[in-house]
Amino acid sequence: MDLLVTHMREKHHIIPVWFFVGVMLFAYGVLILGSGLAEWSNPPHTVLAELHAPVWWGALLTVIGAAYTLAFRPNRRS
Amino acid sequence: MTTERMISLSPVDMAIIVIYFAMVLAIGFYLRRFAKSGEDFFLAGREMTAWVAGLSFLSANLGSLELLGWAGASYQYGILAAHWYWIGAIPAMLFLGIVMMPFYYISKTHSVPGYLQLRYGPAASGLSAISFALMTILMSGVNMYAMAVVMKVVLGWNIHFSIWVSSLTVGIYVAAGGLFSAIFNEVLQFFLIWFGALLIPILGLIETHGWAGMVSRIRNNFPGQDFTHAWSTLGSAQDNPMGMHWTGIVFGLGAIISMGYWTTDFLVVQRVLAAKDLRSAKLAPIIGSFFKMAVPLIVIVPGLIALAVLPFHLVPAGSALAGEHTYNDVLPLMMARYMGPGLLGLGITALVAGFMAGMAGNVSAFATVWTYDLYRPFLRKTASDAHYVSMGRWCTIVGLIVSIGAAYLVMGFDSIMDYVQALFSFFIAPLFGTVILGMLWKRTTAAGGFAGLLVGTLASVGMFLVVKFNPEALAIIAMSTHAKAMAEDMYRALWSWIICVLVTVVVSLMTKPKPDSELTGLVYGVTAIPSEGAVPLLQRPIFWAGVAVVLFVILQWIFW
Repeated sequence: MDLLVTHMREKHHIIPVWFFVGVMLFAYGVLILGSGLAEWSNPPHTVLAELHAPVWWGALLTVIGAAYTLAFRPNRRS
Repeated sequence: MTTERMISLSPVDMAIIVIYFAMVLAIGFYLRRFAKSGEDFFLAGREMTAWVAGLSFLSANLGSLELLGWAGASYQYGILAAHWYWIGAIPAMLFLGIVMMPFYYISKTHSVPGYLQLRYGPAASGLSAISFALMTILMSGVNMYAMAVVMKVVLGWNIHFSIWVSSLTVGIYVAAGGLFSAIFNEVLQFFLIWFGALLIPILGLIETHGWAGMVSRIRNNFPGQDFTHAWSTLGSAQDNPMGMHWTGIVFGLGAIISMGYWTTDFLVVQRVLAAKDLRSAKLAPIIGSFFKMAVPLIVIVPGLIALAVLPFHLVPAGSALAGEHTYNDVLPLMMARYMGPGLLGLGITALVAGFMAGMAGNVSAFATVWTYDLYRPFLRKTASDAHYVSMGRWCTIVGLIVSIGAAYLVMGFDSIMDYVQALFSFFIAPLFGTVILGMLWKRTTAAGGFAGLLVGTLASVGMFLVVKFNPEALAIIAMSTHAKAMAEDMYRALWSWIICVLVTVVVSLMTKPKPDSELTGLVYGVTAIPSEGAVPLLQRPIFWAGVAVVLFVILQWIFW
């Protein structure tokens, strides 16, 4: 992770790509987690639906997305 | 829209797809303000860190065509397909980082044809630029068509709708942000593909009770066939489903096709040239190699799991009857098996992102090669930097329009992967011969480089045509009567490379070499490689290349 913290842009001060990655993963995580919770008592007809993969996968995406978004947000003090 | 589909999307799936499109367009508009100069637009300002360049370098190759094609290939050929990710990639990526990158980087070239211009002059560079431009446009068209077909088969979307919506989106964000946009979206795509596809092997291996359970089920489903050993069945072409001898894998794939692709295909090399310094440029492909070694987990393993768990057998693309599924349907079938609403949207978005990043990569590379290697040297030598940037933006649009034409053209082809492989071996294998001789042997001359490249390319096309019109000739080219299409590609690449090298050497020895002073910065032996300075061991490219080699060997041993 230390290597990822290196700022990508030096001349132009572009928002690091990791910030966009974080926003995207966070948005997807929230949607998938919400969808998984909504269908908890009535899971879809997929194999291993009883494992509730959308819940834990969505939660994982949300946490990683939030971490990236916060770590690489614009105007963050380096 | 048709009602025939493998998967139906829920509102949350559609929301995930719409968010992706909105995001890439917003990033494109945001980056437009930074892509003002030629170096910004075509080389992303040469400021990428090793990680960004490395992930982008890998993603440029990790398109959806790859995912779908190789997941299908793993169902057809088993773990043999993993060779395209291991021996067919890792040695070449490390070779690029450690041996070749210094010459590309020190010469300050903007492209591979640009290096040939410096080393061999306009003839070899022009030939390479024209063949590369042709290949990128065709590849972009292949990506576009493949995406449209997948969206039609999987989701029931209209083929023309998919082609035009994806092209328009890619056209807007690449014309706006140039290589910045392409690289940013490739990094997004990297995360999407991993998070979108990783659940399949996880849930699949839970269902089969682990690797041993999966192997046991495959043996029950396909008695007498070995799908789970990578090397032990390659002693004879008739012992494995690919009809391949180990020499084809080691020399054709490992030594020629993969070296040619990973070290001279400008589409991938361009990402590394965007690195901020030489150490980052050397590290980028090495970082990429670690992830490349892991890609079989999300591509090959799903194909193997499909062999174990699907209650029916998949068939080749050309022979599917109504209601049957083809090899290329493996990944969508596995998505439908394990993924419900939300996750399905993520998986589909990963595929869409992969296709669009593939198109973006091709058109951005096309714009660079057209502007810098064809337009500037041959059509308009002196113009302002702003003029060339403008040309690059227009080129992106024109390239996409031509790609759309190519997409409609390739609708007549049955097997997309064979088509792609054929393209690689036409241009890439001889080009690798020309570049590597130019970098490592100072005696190579301009006439030799041009003659070798031309004859090697013609030989490759010639062999392709001979087998097309006389399939029995395949046994001679691939040295086995059991050879199949994949083996043909490997051996055609090998022969065309050998022919290129022989012609280059012979013609070079007959012509006058350049003086050493003109080769400084371009050729091994007359170029001082800048020191990396007193950096710690853990920051040295050579150390991580060594770690990658060890991991690579361990993987071969495990799956022998």
